Amino acid sequence: MSAGTRAASPPVRPLGARGAAPRRGGLLRSLTRTLPLAPAVVLLLLFLAGPIVYCAYIAFTDLQLTGQAHASFVGFDNFRAAFRDDAFINAVWLTLVFTVLSSLVGQNTLGLALAALMERASKPVRTLVGAVVITAWVLPEVVAGFLLYAFFRREGTLNAILQWLHLPSQNWMFTLPILAVSFANVWRGTAFSMLVYSAALGEIPKEITEAAEVDGAGGWRRMWHITLPMIRRSIGTNLMLNTLQTLSVFGLIWVMTRGGPGNRSQTLPLFMYEQAFQNSMIGYGTAVALLLLVVGSLFSLVYMRLLRTEL
Amino acid sequence: MAVLTHRATPRSRRSGRRLAADAGLLVVAAAFALPLAWVILSSLDAHADLRVKMPDGVTLSNFDAVLKPDITFTPLLNSLILCGGGTALTVVCAALAAYPLSRFRSRLNRPFLLTILFATSLPITAIMVPVYALFVQVNLIDTTQGTVFFFAASQLPFAIWLMKNFMDGVPKELEEAAWTDGASSLQSLVRIVLPLMGPGVAVVTVFSFVMMWGNFFVPFMLLLTPDQMPASVSINEFFGNRGTVVYGQLAAFSVIYSTPVILLYVLVARRLGGGFALGGAVKG
Repeated sequence: MSAGTRAASPPVRPLGARGAAPRRGGLLRSLTRTLPLAPAVVLLLLFLAGPIVYCAYIAFTDLQLTGQAHASFVGFDNFRAAFRDDAFINAVWLTLVFTVLSSLVGQNTLGLALAALMERASKPVRTLVGAVVITAWVLPEVVAGFLLYAFFRREGTLNAILQWLHLPSQNWMFTLPILAVSFANVWRGTAFSMLVYSAALGEIPKEITEAAEVDGAGGWRRMWHITLPMIRRSIGTNLMLNTLQTLSVFGLIWVMTRGGPGNRSQTLPLFMYEQAFQNSMIGYGTAVALLLLVVGSLFSLVYMRLLRTEL
Repeated sequence: MAVLTHRATPRSRRSGRRLAADAGLLVVAAAFALPLAWVILSSLDAHADLRVKMPDGVTLSNFDAVLKPDITFTPLLNSLILCGGGTALTVVCAALAAYPLSRFRSRLNRPFLLTILFATSLPITAIMVPVYALFVQVNLIDTTQGTVFFFAASQLPFAIWLMKNFMDGVPKELEEAAWTDGASSLQSLVRIVLPLMGPGVAVVTVFSFVMMWGNFFVPFMLLLTPDQMPASVSINEFFGNRGTVVYGQLAAFSVIYSTPVILLYVLVARRLGGGFALGGAVKG
């Protein structure tokens, strides 16, 4: 950290008994004050900033997994190759479908619906629903993957229910694998939206909704004209965080489908992994990773703008 | 009569609405509960398959079969070492870093916190390929310490953010008294501030631990030797051996592996009144 710059900032808090210390003590004091940041900063620089910089570097090389003395700089070749690669375009589409279905539509809407219903429900039901939905969220990612694998398999629970209802059964993991993994992500991630929206709805003053009720506004109109505008900031942050989380889902899809059959559920993280390790093209895989990182950073910046006034 | 029904309407409408809400929620809960029911029932069923069904007779044979050193104990111990080490490192670094950010004003605080906030939402998945390549070059690949360092670094931004917000809630007056008595920053942090924010430290600790315990991709990429693998990766072995998958044992292992994080969550959530204080964390 740049302790020197820090020294320039005036000490704000009077220092009690030693408060009369002259200004030249300022540099030393600023240094010792900044010192506790050091371990965290070192860790972050070495293990987070380092890899990001390295990522931006090898994305422009032809680095391979084995058998090559040193990688050479290839400019934008990896990116050009990506946009000509049907498998990459496929992965981009699937990532979009996965994100829109499971994060924007699924987790967000279901989370809001659950939170709104919970406001009206009786206490035992509220507790039960909270426990079940949150358990799905707390479970390790891989376990969640197995549970939903069992649910969607041809011999699984979903088809058993469909048969019981005399509806045609499906081999879900084969016919619509992206839908199956999207549902899995909804199952796993809805609790977060539910908690965010429960907190947001709890902050709306009762008088406002009651006043609207007295004025004769029905449930939907109250939701649309009063509740939603009042929680719009929470909606924004929730959408951003859901999307960022969904963009980086790997384990869930890996366990359920390995990206298959073929590559019909291969989202960008799985595509990146396959290129880097199964096809040994680290440079190419990293170029895809860099694109993912840039998209994630843009979302992250939007998220920060939403939070801006609160910092 | 007419007056009576008119009076009864709002209340009956409200209770009708509650009934509808209850019914809707119970349907959703049932859908969410089905996969959970599968794992619990299958773990107790000697002939488990992929469907939710009541076992013919409850048996613990699945648990007996998986409770062996190479299947359960070693991976769980590996998980504990990785996640315990990573969490300890995260919490110590976050507490130290949060102190100057919360207590002293500096023109660098805001940019630093903005960077931290930005880093909390970066998709860590995206940098795993370069991290792998980097770890190969510096000989950290397939080492426990390398994975612990990376775990800590990836969890640190959120941990610092949370810790700083909790620390802001501790009033400064007590510390100022200690300062007058000549206590150093470190002393007042350890003796005064941290004990006063016990629940906050608990949340950061449990949250970091739960995130690492469930993480699959990081150890999957950074560790190679099967003996070193944590439970999140070793669980895939149940599928690895080409033969028929013993679903009952897979379910039993899943139950064992998931129990610690669920217990930890309950412990913290109960003390903080649900929500994991995450709602507050998200809003800054």
